[in-house]
Amino acid sequence: MKQIAVLGMPNTGKSTFFNRLTGADASIGNWPGITVDLMMAKVKLGSSEAEIVDLPGIYDLRGFSEDEAVVRKFLEHTPLHLVLIILNATQLDRQLSLALQIKRLNLPAVLLLNMADEAPQFGVEIDRDKMSDRLKMPVVPISAKYGKNYDTAYQTISDTLDRQEQAVSAQSLDQCMKCDNQMASEMGSLMQDAIKLPKTFKDNLTTRLDRVLLHPVFGLPIFFGAMFLMFQLVYAIGTPIQDIMGQGADWFQGAVLEPTLAGLPEMLRGLLVDGLYSGLSVVLSFIPVIILFFFAMAIVEDSGYLSRSAFLMDAFMARLGLDGRSFVMSLMGFGCNVPAIMGTRVMRSPGLRLLTMLVIPFSLCSARLNVFIFMTAALFSATVAPIVLFSLYIFSFVAAILTAALFKSKYKNDDPLILELPPYRFPTLKQMLLRSWSELKHFWRWSYKFIIFGVVAIWVLNNFPPGVPPASPETFSGIIGQWLQPILGPIGINPQLAVALIFGFIAKEIVIGGLAVIYGQSDNALMGAIAAQIDWAQAYSFMLFTLLYTPCLSTVAVLKSESKSWKFTAFSIVWSLVLAWGASFVFYQGSKALSF
Amino acid sequence: MSTIHLGLLEPGKTATILAIKTREGLNQRLQALGFRAGREVKMIRRGWFSGPLHVRIGTTEVMVRRTEAENIYLSYVDKGEST
Ligand SMILES: Nc1nc2c(ncn2[C@@H]2O[C@H](COP(=O)(O)OP(=O)(O)O)[C@@H](O)[C@H]2O)c(=O)[nH]1
Ligand SMILES: [Mg+2]
Repeated sequence: MKQIAVLGMPNTGKSTFFNRLTGADASIGNWPGITVDLMMAKVKLGSSEAEIVDLPGIYDLRGFSEDEAVVRKFLEHTPLHLVLIILNATQLDRQLSLALQIKRLNLPAVLLLNMADEAPQFGVEIDRDKMSDRLKMPVVPISAKYGKNYDTAYQTISDTLDRQEQAVSAQSLDQCMKCDNQMASEMGSLMQDAIKLPKTFKDNLTTRLDRVLLHPVFGLPIFFGAMFLMFQLVYAIGTPIQDIMGQGADWFQGAVLEPTLAGLPEMLRGLLVDGLYSGLSVVLSFIPVIILFFFAMAIVEDSGYLSRSAFLMDAFMARLGLDGRSFVMSLMGFGCNVPAIMGTRVMRSPGLRLLTMLVIPFSLCSARLNVFIFMTAALFSATVAPIVLFSLYIFSFVAAILTAALFKSKYKNDDPLILELPPYRFPTLKQMLLRSWSELKHFWRWSYKFIIFGVVAIWVLNNFPPGVPPASPETFSGIIGQWLQPILGPIGINPQLAVALIFGFIAKEIVIGGLAVIYGQSDNALMGAIAAQIDWAQAYSFMLFTLLYTPCLSTVAVLKSESKSWKFTAFSIVWSLVLAWGASFVFYQGSKALSF
Repeated sequence: MSTIHLGLLEPGKTATILAIKTREGLNQRLQALGFRAGREVKMIRRGWFSGPLHVRIGTTEVMVRRTEAENIYLSYVDKGEST
């Protein structure tokens, strides 16, 4: 099996080419010591079987960023038969340095000059033979997106690979790289001889669009409008589909699963149906929003608008240690936190990514909204209810801003925020579908075991020891609820509500269902039962707590899979619990003190 | 002709980079984005409320925060509008 790596600066079309070459049939590979997810696929090229890896984008092989360290480590420890260097043909004036660095390392390479379709618009002309001669590697201009010259590239890669019998690993990167001046002059002469750049830059569609979209006055309103549309596209379609899938899952459970399993002992049936099967349906329920979210993300990201959002929001976000992309993700978190946290992967600085992940869970998602609508309907009059809901949104914002402000020095953004603002491009339908599909696979791969395990664990808490009514005071949950009274009592949460909070660890969607089990009532009768037992201050305190503590198991699962750190995940959970308790305590004790 | 830093260049104006004086990581990133002594950089727009700067260097457009732009020294000839 021969080894190939795709290498290049960010945003040059590495993944686009990788997907074309591999037919998008890639999975996440495993390399010792590398904690960033790298996509990997097996392909047949000419007469060789090869394993090909899509490396993260890097600016410089000696760079200081996380991605640069990953690539360095990869090159030093993985012997390769071929490095596919992908550069943006319209930006060779700065990107050639990377090809020269690879040449220095004596790695077998093929250089692909991508975005050949855009080169004429920019007035860039390239003498590929001369380049190939100087760089001592085959050079092929291509368009990975539209497939132009792809066959030539494929042939060149196959031929080069066939000739390369031995795998080569890069040796001690630092040593070879010290000859900066020499490389600079090499680059200068190559630019002089092989590449013709335009003398002046003509206005193009991008500059004209930017004049409107980055307009000092209209830029922000347009941005908020666009975000509103995106939100609507994802959740106005996604949430109803989610509901339909939920009903479908319930129907299947009632009509097929339960009758089929009727002969089994009750405990086993409970484990299979309420544990494993409901865990699985929790995982599946995220499919619609993940697909739609990344469909929309493909548009805002590939179009170049996401980088513009960083420009537009930077004056405000920089103060919080975040950037405009964090804002977009937190905003999308108001629909569902799960895809929003997955979306943070576009931010390549670890500090920025972690801080954003810490903030997103405070976005009041639609599942929490359902709990609040139910509780406010039960305990507040129709005129007060909207104000109560609105106040919860305010708390959601305040918690997010407070979290960012408190922890921005802990999760420092070390990478300089110098973002490229690429020309506006529109992704093809294929690119959008592909993006959704691969994110879905990503979610599935990392999350399903954890979520199902969590659901089963909580089912055990709610149903054991055997022989007592589910979620009753005699179960483990009930006992924990009692046992937590010294902590939860002062915030107005009684043992029953405490058990509901334990349900809420799985997903906020099932809090109401959990309350129904706990009180043995549903719908209006449940509202009545709750209203008879607790007062409005307790209800509001419960809602505050529900708003701020860990959103759901699935959020925990993606926090872990994106951060690759249990420590960070635990920190996020603990912080949200502390904040939830603190806010509820201040509110509940304050309201009690005032009413005396 | 005068020496200024990139943070002071006005929108629409172009200047030549004299030197970049900053820590190594930032320096390297700027190099990779095309900021090298002798090259021309054009200020396209400046964000409001001391927001970031939008500049073009060669065919690459980037957004830079002002604190970072202050490390890029330019030799600037005030000759009115230029491209
Ligand atoms: N015009 C044009 N755009 C391309 C081409 N290849 C990729 N792109 C776009 O460039 C952007 C970055 O592509 P991607 O594959 O994600 O780059 P990566 O960061 O190097 O993996 C996306 O918006 C792509 O649609 C191409 O050949 N021509
Ligand atoms: Mg990529």
